[in-house]
Amino acid sequence: MSKSLQVAAGEALGALSGPPQSAQRKRLHFLRTQGVLVALILLLIFGACRYDNFLGAYNVLTLLRYNTMFGLIAVGMAFVIMTGGIDLSVGTTAALSSVISATLSPHGIWLGLAGGVGAGLVIGLVNGLAITRLKILPFIVTLCTFLAAHGLALLFAGNQSVSVSWESGFTDFGQGDFLGFPIPAWIGGLAFIGGSIALNFSGFGRTVLAIGGNEEAARLMGLPVERVKFFVYVLSGALAGLAGVILASQFGAGQPNEGNGWELFAIAAVVVGGTRLTGGEGSIGATLSGVLLLGLIFNILNFENGKGVISLSAYWQSVIRGVFLLIVVILQARLARKEKDL
Amino acid sequence: MTALALRLGQSRRLIPSGALLGLVLLVVFNLAFTQNFLSLQTFNINLTQVSTIVIVAVGMTMVIATGGIDLSVGSLMAISGALAPLIFGAHSGLFAVPVLGMACAIVLPILAASAGGALNGTLVTRFRIQPIVATLILFIAGRGIAQVLTNGNLQTFSNDTFHWLGLGKVLGVPAQVIIMLIIVAIAAWVMRATLFGRYILATGGNERAARLAGVPVTRVKMAVYVICGALSGLAGLLVIAINSSADANLIGMGIELDAIAAVAVGGTLLTGGRARILGTLIGALIIQLVRYTLLAHGVPDAAALVVKAAIILAAVYLQKRE
Repeated sequence: MSKSLQVAAGEALGALSGPPQSAQRKRLHFLRTQGVLVALILLLIFGACRYDNFLGAYNVLTLLRYNTMFGLIAVGMAFVIMTGGIDLSVGTTAALSSVISATLSPHGIWLGLAGGVGAGLVIGLVNGLAITRLKILPFIVTLCTFLAAHGLALLFAGNQSVSVSWESGFTDFGQGDFLGFPIPAWIGGLAFIGGSIALNFSGFGRTVLAIGGNEEAARLMGLPVERVKFFVYVLSGALAGLAGVILASQFGAGQPNEGNGWELFAIAAVVVGGTRLTGGEGSIGATLSGVLLLGLIFNILNFENGKGVISLSAYWQSVIRGVFLLIVVILQARLARKEKDL
Repeated sequence: MTALALRLGQSRRLIPSGALLGLVLLVVFNLAFTQNFLSLQTFNINLTQVSTIVIVAVGMTMVIATGGIDLSVGSLMAISGALAPLIFGAHSGLFAVPVLGMACAIVLPILAASAGGALNGTLVTRFRIQPIVATLILFIAGRGIAQVLTNGNLQTFSNDTFHWLGLGKVLGVPAQVIIMLIIVAIAAWVMRATLFGRYILATGGNERAARLAGVPVTRVKMAVYVICGALSGLAGLLVIAINSSADANLIGMGIELDAIAAVAVGGTLLTGGRARILGTLIGALIIQLVRYTLLAHGVPDAAALVVKAAIILAAVYLQKRE
């Protein structure tokens, strides 16, 4: 018993201080965690050489504007996954928030924002409470809130999309610019920087990684396991709510049926970013690269169609994303095994 | 009747007593308060609607019993459902031969879905990828493949064999319901009385121990994903048969959640090591009846979703305390 505890504590400490280093191991670790960045840069170079205006301001800013929703959800998901959990409810939570913020939008931009984020917070609270208090598997809890949020969104919206107010300035939130950059891109950027700082330079971030590394050991070390787990689900819910506000403001309507499959997009982005689904390690920066990479694939598909060399329907997008995810996951599995064998 | 049902549930432990009690209460409530509940039509409608979910959920039960999960079932249904009309609709080549074409239209789509299951199994066993990620790949790509096959178009058809699969009856019982019952019976027998069933439970209970005890863990896991894929393929064929049309965008949409919910309510441990095929059938029936009851009493479908979520949570919570 005491020996297994020692091993467990050792594992948790390992999660805190990083794996022991050797030159080859370091290289493998870099490839596994930062490979996505390399792939992203290669894809950008490929696009810049092949297409006109690929790196032009319009294309880059549009890409940033419309991928922020996914980025916000992916940040929340990254934290949840690093604790060894999962949050399947983010997509329909965003849909619910978009409906509520659209309904409140005639009363001004701030009330719309508060309502949307508040709805996300409530779903996150339910997730956190059921997981930490009732001790039900995160997968099941968030599956249930996935269904419930979808139902609530349809009920509030009366089964149709809810138009936002165009007078109150609510649409600026998703469509406006600030200092030449899209407002959503600012929000997304702040979320990634804030998330990165919280993960790397705070007790909260270290506790998140310790829980994912070995929950029992983290508890024995006196870390506030339940409180931190509760908080990551609330955070994930709130970020999904924020994504919903941006969705409503960008499309001019609350969309009760949107958000289906967003959770899987976010999980894919986190996995592509090199975060292991068993938790204990991960990076917010690599998650950002993952989001951009998945967004860029769609972008390049559009450009390729524009050149007229090939003509692929939008349906190919999910096939290509799937194949891409397949390749990344297999590579990651092999790298992780090699790293372990060393 | 309730007492008898409870005793049955407890003595055999095939079905969690809570789920059985829930089902009995639902039926009693409907008998008392829902008009025209006790009619063959109501009976057939509910069973027909639940049959595809049950067929998928049986495969899901086996996968979950090994400690895995399969998110790709809906996409595999879409592939098989999109493929079948392409084959029996062909007017030239080998597929144009009537009997051969028909056989191919049933066998090839199921094989295609099984191949998807084999991919899932390979990723889980050979590459040691967590099941939720491994099956996420086909969840995303599978529907895309089905949409690419049909260019996203609705395929309508009139075909005798599929017409019978969808609307045919044997002694007044719809064909899909019979297929569903046969599959449930076979799966329940496999889990209770065969070595393979024991292997599945051993793998889910403690994989390391099972491996050391000589259980062919890799082959067992591979097999359950292939079986789950094949059953999804069959369910896809039934869905298009019922509708007399195939829409790759909609076939099997969201069914993975219904299937997992049925498994959870039916008392199969979601962490693996215990499987209750009959429980899964009861679980699916409960979810279907709840939805039917709410709809019959004028509660909108959206509210039924919220209720469904609460039921699954309650079922899993009670199962934990059991």
